[in-house]
Amino acid sequence: MAEQPTNKVTHPRSNARVIGWCLASVVGMFAFGFAMVPLYDVFCDITGINGKTSGRYESTERTTADMTRTIKVQFLAQNGPDMPWIFRPVARSVEVHPGEAITVNFYAENPTDRNMVGQAVPSLSPSEGTLYFHKTECFCFNQQPLAAGESTEMPLVFIVDRDLPSHITKLTLSYTLYDQGETQAAALKTKTTDNG
Amino acid sequence: MSAVADTHAQDHHHGPASGISRWLLTTNHKDIGTMYLIFSFTMFLLGGTMAMVIRAELFQPGLQIVQPEFFNQMTTMHGLIMVFGAVMPAFVGLANWMIPLMIGAPDMALPRMNNWSFWLLPCAFLILVSTLFMEGGAPNFGWTFYAPLSTTYGPPSTTFFIFAIHIMGVSSIMGAINVIATVLNMRAPGMTLMKMPMFVWTWLITAFLLIAVMPVLAGVVTMMLMDINFGTSFFNAAGGGDPVLFQHVFWFFGHPEVYIMILPAFGAISHIIPAFSRKQLFGYASMVYAVGAIALLSFLVWAHHMFTVGVPVAGQLFFMYATLLIAVPTGVKVFNWVATMFRGSLTFETPMLFAVAFVILFTIGGFSGLMLAIAPADFQYHDTYFVVAHFHYVLVPGAIFGIFASAYFWLPKWTGRMYDETLAKTHFWLSFIGMNLAFFPMHFLGLAGMPRRIPDYALQFADFNMVSSVGAFMFGSTQLLFLLIVVKCVKSGEKAPAKAWEGAEGLEWTIPSPAPYHTFSTPPEIK
Repeated sequence: MAEQPTNKVTHPRSNARVIGWCLASVVGMFAFGFAMVPLYDVFCDITGINGKTSGRYESTERTTADMTRTIKVQFLAQNGPDMPWIFRPVARSVEVHPGEAITVNFYAENPTDRNMVGQAVPSLSPSEGTLYFHKTECFCFNQQPLAAGESTEMPLVFIVDRDLPSHITKLTLSYTLYDQGETQAAALKTKTTDNG
Repeated sequence: MSAVADTHAQDHHHGPASGISRWLLTTNHKDIGTMYLIFSFTMFLLGGTMAMVIRAELFQPGLQIVQPEFFNQMTTMHGLIMVFGAVMPAFVGLANWMIPLMIGAPDMALPRMNNWSFWLLPCAFLILVSTLFMEGGAPNFGWTFYAPLSTTYGPPSTTFFIFAIHIMGVSSIMGAINVIATVLNMRAPGMTLMKMPMFVWTWLITAFLLIAVMPVLAGVVTMMLMDINFGTSFFNAAGGGDPVLFQHVFWFFGHPEVYIMILPAFGAISHIIPAFSRKQLFGYASMVYAVGAIALLSFLVWAHHMFTVGVPVAGQLFFMYATLLIAVPTGVKVFNWVATMFRGSLTFETPMLFAVAFVILFTIGGFSGLMLAIAPADFQYHDTYFVVAHFHYVLVPGAIFGIFASAYFWLPKWTGRMYDETLAKTHFWLSFIGMNLAFFPMHFLGLAGMPRRIPDYALQFADFNMVSSVGAFMFGSTQLLFLLIVVKCVKSGEKAPAKAWEGAEGLEWTIPSPAPYHTFSTPPEIK
């Protein structure tokens, strides 16, 4: 039988095994495509690239302010597509010392005649500073419901880290406010709350 | 059906079934290869027609022929059809025909799956092309379908586009599994991995690339599907997603994809140049390792497509250097092809003409790729016609010329007849001139700042665009000549001997021309 020159003789592997391995890689790579979603978030969170500021900051120890440095923090507020709200920072910029907790407010008003829900998404520039910008309280941690014609001031409490690289003297925090409608509001709640 | 089988059963030699069922039900690698090649050429003409619409509109500044919405559908469909409908199926067709012949196998390892993977393709493209007639039109967001352009702002037909991509992805994956199983399990006794013909090597590596990245493409379109229809927010910033994530996932597929479209051509060229140089391929082992290196590096360079989205400097540097590194193995390959020709006794039949043009023009495309890879310069070139010039220089004289070279090289083996050399040389020279006329001016247009994917442009770009359009019409109409040449070859070509080219080496030239319906039922012995 072994002398017979059939192709079976040279089979180092069976077809079933090769197919099995290939299909396993296909399934694995398909899963990897989806795994890139959380991996991307984690990667951005660790490295601070992409201007994605992290979620609620729990300070472990009370730090004192570094009075020798002054950082200018600027605020931008803009609406996402088709968002009719009036949205602006109460103060366009503040001068802060690294280590001190600062509270600022953003003004939002729903000028329409329907009840709406908004969600603010932050982005920090330069992205190098993202790791050193801590928010202890932010309206962007939650969705903002506003009744028709209602207005509100939304608080943000932040600390600029004392370890902020010395060549950074200015940080710009930008918020984009998105219309979440009414029906979507409940479904997206869990996903957006930890988005910070 | 059974009557046919009975008459042939006596000599144990089953010929093809008759009529349409031969093609619908065939599990023969030669039949399936032929169908792949015919399908690919059909799609090439369809995608080419769309390119003609694009070039006709760009012949002069202003809007003359089509509206911007339709123009965008044309650029999108042209790209999708050429990539997934013309180039990839052509290489799968060549693989089906040639891999079993080259490794001395009687057929592909999984013949029934082979049939299925082919017949999925016409279904996928029927769905894709039908979107042109749907309300809201065909996809209009470019072949790269960036979110949120394709999700939030895409036409209603986007869902059909997604299903079409899913189906062609399944087809490619099955084709790739088949190639891997065939190459690993069905080689003739004595054919070790390092004795495999280069085309088999390049296809084996291509198949691994396909297995690795087609599922990622399927994943990214699935995410789009969910964003569009099920209210998820993978790419929607309002819901906590990120549009830049789309580009990362897409290009993780997209960059290996460009090597999927060129590596099999590298393999074919590595047979054609030695055959017409009457020398062995220079540096076989280094060719194999170079292809492997290119394939591995292709997974580490995806972000060079997206330098301008705000990649941090460290990332830009990494992706820039990794990309530049690919020039090394590619340079090894070009060097080896030139060294093969060096002091060979060269003749320039049509396959060799296409092969030499491949080496020269693909290298030009490679050099413009190096320019684009330099991150600070890329900010200037990004999304201009320079990019269009670059990738058409690697895909037209790279992939397409590689396919034409292979087709002319192996036509005598497939049909048993020689093609008309004069007509074929005319086809080559008109293609060569037309292609350069069409794409070379695009370099200048891009450097001067003309953006890609626009139906109208500023007046100062008018002359180069007119030249480019004339070249495109020339290149496009010339391809009909290829159809004529093949038909003439099949009908009335001179009979070809088993070894159609005196310098050609390999198992495929040891069997008669045309290749019998069943070959290597008894495996040959490789020394």
